[in-house]
Amino acid sequence: MRFYSHILPNGLEVIAECSPSAFSTALGFFVRVGARDEPEDISGVSHFLEHMAFKGSGSRTADDINREFDEIGAVYNAMTSYDSTIYYAAVLPEYMEKAFELLACLIRPAIRPDDFELEKKVILEEIRMYLDQPPYGIDETCRRRFFKTHPLGQSVLGTVESISALTPEQMRMYYQQRYTARNIIVGTTGCVDFDKLVALAERYCGDLNSEENERIQLRPDPAFGTFRHHKPSATQQYVIQIAEAPPATSPERFAGRFLTAIVGSSTASRMYWEFLDPGRADSVSLTYESYEDAGIFVTFLSCAPEMLEENLERLRKLYNQLETEGVSAEELSRVKNKMAASLVLAAERPSSRLFAIGSERLTTGEYRSVEEELKIIDSITLDDVNRVAEKYPLSCNATEIIGPMPQGSS
Amino acid sequence: MTHLIATKLILYYRIVCFKATAFLLRMAQLARETAQDRFHGFRQAGSRKVAPVVSQPESQFIHRFDNGLVLLGESMPWLDSVGLALAVPAGSAFDPEDRAGLASLTTEMVLRGAGSRDSRQFLEDLENLGIIWSEAVSRLHIVLTATMRASQLSEALPIFADVLLRPRLPREELEPARQGLIQEIRADRDLPEVKLRRELRRRCFPYPWNRPTQGEEETVAAIEWEDVRDFVDQHFRPDGSIIAVAGRFDWDETKALVERLFRDWTGVAPSPLPWRWERERVKHVPYDSQQTHIGVAYKSVPYDHPDYFLARASLGVLSGGTSARLFMEVREKRGLCYTVQATYHVIKNMAAVFCYSGTTAERAQETLDVLLGEISRLKEGVQSEELERVKVQIKSSLVFEQESSASRARSLIGDWVLLGRVRPVTELKQSIDALTVDAVNRFLAENPPEDFTIVTLGPHALEVPREVL
Repeated sequence: MRFYSHILPNGLEVIAECSPSAFSTALGFFVRVGARDEPEDISGVSHFLEHMAFKGSGSRTADDINREFDEIGAVYNAMTSYDSTIYYAAVLPEYMEKAFELLACLIRPAIRPDDFELEKKVILEEIRMYLDQPPYGIDETCRRRFFKTHPLGQSVLGTVESISALTPEQMRMYYQQRYTARNIIVGTTGCVDFDKLVALAERYCGDLNSEENERIQLRPDPAFGTFRHHKPSATQQYVIQIAEAPPATSPERFAGRFLTAIVGSSTASRMYWEFLDPGRADSVSLTYESYEDAGIFVTFLSCAPEMLEENLERLRKLYNQLETEGVSAEELSRVKNKMAASLVLAAERPSSRLFAIGSERLTTGEYRSVEEELKIIDSITLDDVNRVAEKYPLSCNATEIIGPMPQGSS
Repeated sequence: MTHLIATKLILYYRIVCFKATAFLLRMAQLARETAQDRFHGFRQAGSRKVAPVVSQPESQFIHRFDNGLVLLGESMPWLDSVGLALAVPAGSAFDPEDRAGLASLTTEMVLRGAGSRDSRQFLEDLENLGIIWSEAVSRLHIVLTATMRASQLSEALPIFADVLLRPRLPREELEPARQGLIQEIRADRDLPEVKLRRELRRRCFPYPWNRPTQGEEETVAAIEWEDVRDFVDQHFRPDGSIIAVAGRFDWDETKALVERLFRDWTGVAPSPLPWRWERERVKHVPYDSQQTHIGVAYKSVPYDHPDYFLARASLGVLSGGTSARLFMEVREKRGLCYTVQATYHVIKNMAAVFCYSGTTAERAQETLDVLLGEISRLKEGVQSEELERVKVQIKSSLVFEQESSASRARSLIGDWVLLGRVRPVTELKQSIDALTVDAVNRFLAENPPEDFTIVTLGPHALEVPREVL
C-alpha cells in the first residue's frame, strides 16, 4: 500500500492509500463540520444539510442522484457526528470517476425550498425514531450536562423545535461558512489511480470557496454528578456515564484506546467478566471518543431494574480499582495481540481503511500506514496505560440513568 | 454476546446517517441474523479485472468424511486472512416447545469452557491468537464464525473442535448463562423494530421456524442442566455438521487436520419438529412509542427454486437501493418515514419478503396504504432500467464479498444447507446476467405478492383493507 497526498490551490486536500490489486475503490468526502459548529438556534442543521446533499445540485434532481448511484452499484451513505460529516461510496474500480462526480455533487447542494420542506419531515421522523429507542435520548442530555457550554455538548439531530423552525436561507448561510475547500479532505483507498484522482478533484472541486474558517476550540470544563429519569414503559434500566479522556491531538490517545479495550471490549475484558459472564447485564461497554480539543470515555450499561444499584456499585469498584492498581502486563499483551490482528484483518477491505485514514487526517492532519500503526501498538507500555487510567479517572463522571426505576438525583 | 454489545453500542454513539443501512447497524444485524436467513444471492465474484482467479470452480472444494461431517473450502489467495465457519445442527427449530431457548442457552454453555480450557482460558487464548470470532444461533444451526491470519488456522481449529466435541458444560455456570439470556430477551422488548419483526415472523412462517431463537422468559426459566446436556448429546453430531473455510489456506493440509480432529466423532442429528401454522394474519401490538412500526410480509420462492433469481430481482426493484420503489415513494416523494425497506428471508423450502417502515402515528395509515400499494403494483411488472440497476448492484455486492473471508465462509454453509451443494460463482454471475424483463414480469404475473401478513406496533391500530388479505 502506498500513500499519496495533494493539496489543490484552494486548499482542498486529496489523499489516497493505494492497493492496486484491490477489487474495489472506496471514496469519502470528509468535511470538518458537525453539531459542534452550530449556533444554538439552528441546532441540527449539519445533519439536515447532509440529508439535503442528496436532494440535488445544478440540473441534478434527488431522483437523478439516487438513480445514478444505484446504476453503478455503489454502496453509499453519509453520516454526521459532533465534529465531522462524511459522504462515502464503495464501488468497483471502473466506476471511480462517476462515484467521484456524484460525491462532489453532494457537497454543493441546491437546497431547494420544496425539497427542504419534504426532507424536514424525514428528519422529524428520525428524531422520533431515536426517542423511541434506548437510551431514549439520555446520551445527548448526558453530553450536554458534561460539556456545559463547550460546543461538543450540542445535539447532532437537533430538536423537533429547532428543526421545525429552520429555513433554507439559514442552511445556505451555514453551508457557505462551513463547506469551504480547506474544511474538506477527499480520501480514497483500494484500487486508485492517484493522478486521475487529482485530475478529478481539480475538475470537480477546484472552484470551491477557499476561505479560512476556524472552528472554535476550547478546553472542556466538565460537570459531574448523577441524574435519574423515569420511563415506566421501559423494560430495562439504561446507564450512560461520561468521563474525561485524552483529546485526539494528545500522545496519550493510543494508551486511551488500550485502556478502553482492556476494560470494556466485548469479550474477555474486565467488564465482560464482571457483568456479562455472570449474567448481571444484557449489555455493557466502554468506548473512547476523541476530538481536537477534548476526549471522553463513555460507559454504557443496560440491565434489569432490580440489578441497577448493585451494578452501579460494581462499576464504581471496578473503576476505583483501575485507578489505584492499574492494569496487568498480561492484559496489555493480550489486547496488543487482539488490536494488531483486528487492524490487519480490517485492512483487507478498502471501505474499512477509508474511515480510519480519512477521519485521522481530518482531526489531526496525520496519516499512519498499517505498519506504523502496528509499531505504535507494539510500543505502548504498562506505564503509558496506567498513567492514563490515573490521570483520567473513569469514576469521576456525569451519569444519567433512565428506566422503570423511580426518578430522583443524587 | 459479542454482537449484542455492538447492537447497543451504536444506539448511543450518535453518528447519524443519511439512510438506515448504516455500516455498523448492518454489521450488528448480520451478526444476529441466522446463516440461512441472511441475504442470499448477493455474492459471488465478477470483477471484470480479476474474474479469472475469482470465479473458477476449481477454487472450491468439498469433502464428506465417513462420519458424515462435510468440509467446504473456497480458495481466495488474494487475501492474507482465512475465514472459518462451523455449523452444528442444533438450531432453535429443535427446541422442545416448553424449553424454547434451549439452543441459545446451549450456545452460551458450550462457550464456557471446553477440553483442557476453562471459560477464561478459552476466551483469552482466542484473544492472544488474535482471532476475531462470534457465535450465532439460527433456526437450523449453531454457527461459530472466525477470521484470522492465515497462519493461525491450525491453532484455531483444535480450539473450536473442543467446543463441538468436548464442551465442559459446567453446572455452576447454568444460572449465570440463563440470567444473561433472560436479560437479552428483556432488552429486546425495548427495541420496537425488533419486537415488530418478531411478531411478523411468528405469523408468516410455520412453527417451529416462526419462534424467536432466544426463546421466551418462561421457557428459558424452565430449562435444566440435564436438558442442555441431552441437547448437546443429540445434536452435536457430525452427520449434519458443516465446516467451511474461505480465504488463504491449503486444502490438503486443512482436510488432514479436520480429519484428525474430528474422526472419532460419530452420530446423526435428529430432524426438526413437525410444522404447524398459526392462522392470525393481522395483528396490532399496543406499544408506548411516538412512531408506529409497520410490518408487511408475503410469501416468495425459496433459495433452491428455479425462479429464485427472478424473485430476488423483483425484490431489488422494490427495495434494492435509494432509487428503488419503496424508498422513492414512501420516503422521497412523501417524506413519510426515515426507514423503509424490504428484505428476503429464507428457510429451508420456504421464503418470505418482510417489508418494514416506522413513522409518526398520525401518518401511519398513509404509510401503510402507500406501502401496500407499491407492493401490489409489482405484479404490473418492472421496467428494463429498474432491472439493469438491480443487476449492477447485485454484481457489485458479489465483488465486495470477495474482500471478506468470513462472510464467504458463511455463504458456503448457507449454500450447502439450502441447496445441498455450493453454487459456483460463475453460475451465480450467469444467473444474474441471464435475467430479463420478460422473465421477471412473467414471474410477477404468475406469483403476484398477495396474502399479506400485516403487523403494526404503536399507540393506535390501523385500518387494513380487506382485499389485500
